[in-house]
Amino acid sequence: MNIQTTKESTAMVVTVVGRLDAVTAPEYEQKFIALISEGESRFIVDFEKLDYISSAGLRVLLATAKRVKGKSGAIVLANIGGTVKEVFDISGFGSIFPMYESVATALTAVEK
Amino acid sequence: MTKKIHTITCAAQVEKLGEIAEFVEECAECFGLDVKRAFGLQVAVEEAFVNICSYAYPEGGGDATMTASAEEDCLVLEITDKGIPFNVLLLPDPDTSKDIAEREIGGLGGYFIRRLTDNVSYRRENEENILKLVLHRTGGS
Repeated sequence: MNIQTTKESTAMVVTVVGRLDAVTAPEYEQKFIALISEGESRFIVDFEKLDYISSAGLRVLLATAKRVKGKSGAIVLANIGGTVKEVFDISGFGSIFPMYESVATALTAVEK
Repeated sequence: MTKKIHTITCAAQVEKLGEIAEFVEECAECFGLDVKRAFGLQVAVEEAFVNICSYAYPEGGGDATMTASAEEDCLVLEITDKGIPFNVLLLPDPDTSKDIAEREIGGLGGYFIRRLTDNVSYRRENEENILKLVLHRTGGS
């Protein structure tokens, strides 16, 4: 897994590439803890290049969302498709996270 | 008649997940499992393996073995460990209708195993936990 961040005016765009599984999930969580401690609270997570996610991945997604919610922030997701989407659908995560078709539409939504 | 495709034994440590994922991918390809189902199988196997690491061997140190076989139109994967008796299928389902604030962290593993396979069963045999996952080659789950 590889994580890239891009600072936009209204949110931090976090691009996750590869697998978000039991091995890589702690790294994802650490990255968010670091960003939050730097003062970031609004995130767009771009999953276009996410190949795989398991419950361990969803677990850290939820844990980080709870963390930013306490700081009046938000995490929204962009570009969830293909096989990864099924995991979101059956877990109910598809309805607890705002999801957008692209980073651009997510940014527009976050600005409002 | 069952035809053995492949088997792997490795230490039940989460870090070994890469090896397991590679094994499952090979089995799925060799069997001709459709891509979406192969993805589901990957998730189901990860959940089972991670649970073995945590619950069957709470103090670490054991192995897990996976054996894949083809039974007619189904891929059958048995995951075996010699740890303490533990049936992942008995874990309660999470409430998938709750929102972020109320949703509990965790509890999805057993649920994914059930949802992403066509049939799953657990048995305790010769001091071993055996979880059997069955997936049809194609078709809706």
